[in-house]
Amino acid sequence: MFYREAGQYKSTYAADMAVFPLRQDRIGIAVILAIAFIGIPMIGNDFFIATVMIPFLVFSLAAIGLNILTGYTGLISLGTAAFMGVGAYACYKLTTFFPGVNIIVLILISGLFSAAIGVLFGLPSLRIKGFYLAVATLAAQFFLQWAFVRVPWLFNYNASGAIEVPLRSLFGIPITGASASAETRYFVCLGLVVVLTWFASNLVHGRLGRSWMAVRDMDIAAELMGIKLLNAKLLAFAVSSFYAGVAGAMMIFLWYGGGEAADVFNIRLSFNILFMVIIGGLGSLIGSFFGAAFIASLPTILKFGLPALGVPLSGAAAEHVTFMLVGALIIIFLIVEPHGLARLWQITKQKLRTWPFPY
Amino acid sequence: MKQTGLMKGAALGALLAAGAAIAPVAAQDSVYFANNAYRTGPFSGSGIPIGDGMRDYIAMINERDGGVNGVKVIYEECETGYDTKKSIECYEQAKSKNTIVYSPWSTGATLAAIPRAHIDKIPILSMAYGLSASAEGSTFPWVFIPPFTYWDGASVMVKHMANELGGMDKLKGKKLGLIHLDAPFGKEPIPVLENLAKKYGFELKLYPVAAADMQNQGSLWLSIRRDRPDYLYNQGWGAMNPTAVKEAIKNGFPINKLVGVWWAGGDDDARAGGAEAKGYKSLNFNAAGTNFPVIQDIIKHVVDKGKSLAPKEKVGENLYNRGVYNSMLVVEAIRNAQKLTGKKVVNAEDMRRGLEGLNITEARLKEIGMEGFGTPSTISCSDHSGHSKMYVAEWDGTKWTKGSDWIEPLKDEVRPLIEAAAKDYAEKNAGWPKRTESCEKSS
Repeated sequence: MFYREAGQYKSTYAADMAVFPLRQDRIGIAVILAIAFIGIPMIGNDFFIATVMIPFLVFSLAAIGLNILTGYTGLISLGTAAFMGVGAYACYKLTTFFPGVNIIVLILISGLFSAAIGVLFGLPSLRIKGFYLAVATLAAQFFLQWAFVRVPWLFNYNASGAIEVPLRSLFGIPITGASASAETRYFVCLGLVVVLTWFASNLVHGRLGRSWMAVRDMDIAAELMGIKLLNAKLLAFAVSSFYAGVAGAMMIFLWYGGGEAADVFNIRLSFNILFMVIIGGLGSLIGSFFGAAFIASLPTILKFGLPALGVPLSGAAAEHVTFMLVGALIIIFLIVEPHGLARLWQITKQKLRTWPFPY
Repeated sequence: MKQTGLMKGAALGALLAAGAAIAPVAAQDSVYFANNAYRTGPFSGSGIPIGDGMRDYIAMINERDGGVNGVKVIYEECETGYDTKKSIECYEQAKSKNTIVYSPWSTGATLAAIPRAHIDKIPILSMAYGLSASAEGSTFPWVFIPPFTYWDGASVMVKHMANELGGMDKLKGKKLGLIHLDAPFGKEPIPVLENLAKKYGFELKLYPVAAADMQNQGSLWLSIRRDRPDYLYNQGWGAMNPTAVKEAIKNGFPINKLVGVWWAGGDDDARAGGAEAKGYKSLNFNAAGTNFPVIQDIIKHVVDKGKSLAPKEKVGENLYNRGVYNSMLVVEAIRNAQKLTGKKVVNAEDMRRGLEGLNITEARLKEIGMEGFGTPSTISCSDHSGHSKMYVAEWDGTKWTKGSDWIEPLKDEVRPLIEAAAKDYAEKNAGWPKRTESCEKSS
């Protein structure tokens, strides 16, 4: 009744090709942004922002990165965590060398380092596909994680091999380091994620995105149509790793605040992000957010939320219950909708359009 | 937490059907103590006995004495699975619930918490683990690492080697191998061992074990066989320790020359080697067994009443007793904080003072039923560790026994390193807060 396009006429090509052709969708996005920028900082306490929202944003960005590669271009990668690590270590080195440069700029630049490494490890993708490529990207995961432990230059010869996040501020407000408040860090994360999501949305809806999808659907046909596979695939690796790198730098600098970095970027993280992409929805940006919320935030919310709501659970019991609930939910969602939460969302919207008189 | 924060939290919690941790309305005569535990995951074998020991001592104090001077200690575990991400969540929860002290129980969690704790003003008690440099109290006023650091442990390992060989001068030309987890925790002893190796002329060989290869040390032991070190020091944790013991036996390395750090001294670690593990050694600062009034009280007031999570036969195991020791430090610090401030219900800032003035002497240990149970521990304003003595425990095939006298660490070697490392840490963490807290005299 409220959600339909009746009466909304498009008189220009631009309006017809808009990402959100429906006025209701545009209002929806505005509401979501308003909640994210105003609502959550206003009503969320530090605990909620620091342990639910910031991780959610970091994982969303990483999932968008992997979605560009796996969802849009059809190249499976198991090296996402390692590329995130490249971003984190690059940011650490950069801020050591250029302490005067703003940390947000450095976080973005560290994505470029990750992109370069991503292209390097993406080279085999020209020859191998599918599971074999996944195994090839495992090499990136193992090699890079090995380097994070073994190359002391990367962590400035710290005796415990840890990254220490220094205080960096913007307009006099600390944004990294221990004195940065959870809200500030949240706003920086949110700003980066919104801008980069907007950028990714333009990429995947543009010529580049179409060429990626063509490669995904059938690379020989794409090649015959004049798409250069080399460029398309390597660009996908570069863009994907860029996003992962930025997410990794955000993870250490805005969320963890330093510590044992090498162990953070382990293969489990790679798998987790792959699961986010699969459960959220392959080839969907909104799916990346759903996936991150489901895999990263839901366990935290259950673990701390259930006891807070009065369910008598604590310690290990809360952890076990969380494992079981999340596991069951994954199975349920995959049975109900194998194409991911994004598809479920699409179906809901479709149903809403015909509500209350479905045909 | 401020009242507004609480309301906000509650509102959002309801909104998202959970999410926000809501601080319990604290009763007037209780303090809240959050402890990180890991009863799940690959390290749970060590985490369970420690958690049980910690839980049971607090429960015993609450049952027997009605709390610390009448103030009940509300003990809550937060499950980390030894995962840094979850530990950070647990830190945030502990903070929002106004814990009086944060007990990270992993080096990674300690490293992540140290910068925050100095801003949030929550004392960290990392008992014989964590960042060795944090023993420098003037740089790290909020971190406490009693009774000693990994660096003290490494120096005692060298002293133990010298004792067996017959003097420090006999160390020349010997080979010491360090098997270590390839993570911050495992790398901690390296700088001290390198210094001592230079000073006393022995050779240090490093055998790093990647976290993923904890149970797969075959190739590493091939290099050990090739290098033939005279002694091996094992800075390991979790599944890595029983594997090292088994591999040592398999490769014919004399088991009595293999010495583990105190975290490699679990009963199950040694048991894995079977009968041949007899003679395996581990540094230690608490005694195993139940022949102590304090353990008897725990059995009487907690275990026999069915209030413990531990099966009765596990009570008194080495790691269980270490958990008891850790809780004892917390309880004694609360007592001290009460004495210093004159308040009954202490908060985190009082607790910092209580920890800084902590002085657990042999006499005090006897009073609380722990004579011979653990090492004494004295903390001061600049020395947040105490560099207490430890001993070398020996596995007799069924249980841990005292294999040596108490050994003092080489404090003169360790202390300058700690000061240098603390200075370096403060420099690298630009904007590190200067200590403003006034010094507490040892009581």
